[in-house]
Amino acid sequence: MSDTINTKKILTDPLVNNNPITLQVLGICSALAVTSQMSTSLIMAVALTAVTACSSAAISSIRNHIPGSIRIIVQMTIIASLVIVVDQVLKAFAYEISKQLSVFVGLIITNCIVMGRAEAFAMKNPPMASFIDGVGNGAGYSLILIIVAFFRELFGSGKLLGIEIFPLTKDGGWYEPNGLMLLPPSAFFIIGILIWTFRQWKPEQNEKADFKIMDISHGEGGHH
Amino acid sequence: MSNGIKERLDKCEYYQKFDAYKEKILALSNDSLEKTIAVALALCFVCAILVSFAAVALRPLQIENKAMDMKKNILEVAGLLNEDTDIHQAFAQQIEEKLVDIETGDYVEGMDVATYDQRKAAKDPAQNINIATADDIASIKRKAKIAKVYLVKSGDTIESIILPMHGYGLWSTMYGFLALEADGQTVKSINFYDQAETPGLGGEVVNPNWRALWKGKKVYSESGEVELGLVKGVVDTSRPGSEYNVDGLAGATLTSLGVSNLVKYWMSKEGFATYLDKVRTKGEG
Repeated sequence: MSDTINTKKILTDPLVNNNPITLQVLGICSALAVTSQMSTSLIMAVALTAVTACSSAAISSIRNHIPGSIRIIVQMTIIASLVIVVDQVLKAFAYEISKQLSVFVGLIITNCIVMGRAEAFAMKNPPMASFIDGVGNGAGYSLILIIVAFFRELFGSGKLLGIEIFPLTKDGGWYEPNGLMLLPPSAFFIIGILIWTFRQWKPEQNEKADFKIMDISHGEGGHH
Repeated sequence: MSNGIKERLDKCEYYQKFDAYKEKILALSNDSLEKTIAVALALCFVCAILVSFAAVALRPLQIENKAMDMKKNILEVAGLLNEDTDIHQAFAQQIEEKLVDIETGDYVEGMDVATYDQRKAAKDPAQNINIATADDIASIKRKAKIAKVYLVKSGDTIESIILPMHGYGLWSTMYGFLALEADGQTVKSINFYDQAETPGLGGEVVNPNWRALWKGKKVYSESGEVELGLVKGVVDTSRPGSEYNVDGLAGATLTSLGVSNLVKYWMSKEGFATYLDKVRTKGEG
């Protein structure tokens, strides 16, 4: 019983409470780069989830035999191999999208979420739990990616998954697309708003201030 | 069956040795030198098998995808691609593939057009030419003697000529096509099907809005020099001579230079100028 509760927690915690993008602020690079369309975001989300889950499971299954001195290289080798496999699969089965994703599939290797889960979770937990943790964190990343892509594609090109929602003025419709939404900086704004929303909703996510600003007139830090 | 294999393996002397060694290694301290090396080797071995298996097993599908993409690009640059076009069928019906000897500008007969691969030939010493450094403005070092061109015809008259081009940008060799009108002078369209320039900057060579700027531009000046190229900023279309200029890509000076150079190279005598002369005088394929 406690096992199922634990599994559920591992799986759902990274969605909101411990989201890799909004709380841990990892994986921002690809979240800016691939979110101008829903289709590329979805493929990227699936690819990253698959890599995180499988690499966590693989690393966890040999965790008791990984020499400390080459720990990071062992993790990187496993992650890199899986990323190459994913890249090859995309080139075979989703060629158009793999062309659009270009370097960003390869860059999953350097995505902090994958490596972060390997170090923080898979090195200390059994394979099944690590796999689920990978799926959970992949899902947390995917959730943010899809939300960002939803707004960027809808307001940037008036479409969702390539299907027209708002008819554009250049095609005789009423919607004047917002060009900023197609550029990576717009993802910064959307992710920023998401972080604010999440922390408004769950105030415990707010970080404690590193220091307090002293009141000069009354505090002991003030001088004459 | 699997039991049988297991029994035979157990009897095999090498397997026993391997098994004993495995037990020994696993029992060692994680930080011992021997275990570190053994783990590293075993990991590399397993990962290498995984990666090569994926690469080999999926190659046929990837090659098929590439060929399909190539045809799609040729149809696209010819202006024959609609959303519901059957690519294989449209290509077979509307595009004529021809081999051209770059130096003489004549069509090459007696070779199998469909299987000829210009990119492979460019690497084969028997089929390529080394380019003198002074002439090599596109930075490609060598080129195939025979190029594959694509013609769109209505009846016997040529409607457009599609020429392959490639050259070095900032990070990558960019491969693309230039489609010309039958006059061998007016640009119909351009596209790049294989490049790895910076996404968002040089990668904008694939942007349809930028590519649309090429339509109607002229290649050769009155004296026959290649005049077409990119200029910095936005071209003032009212200025005389602007028919030879296309807007440069903002933030991608070196990619823009690369595009200008590869167009200049492939349209010159080193590239297709001789062939285009012959097409113009004959007026037919």
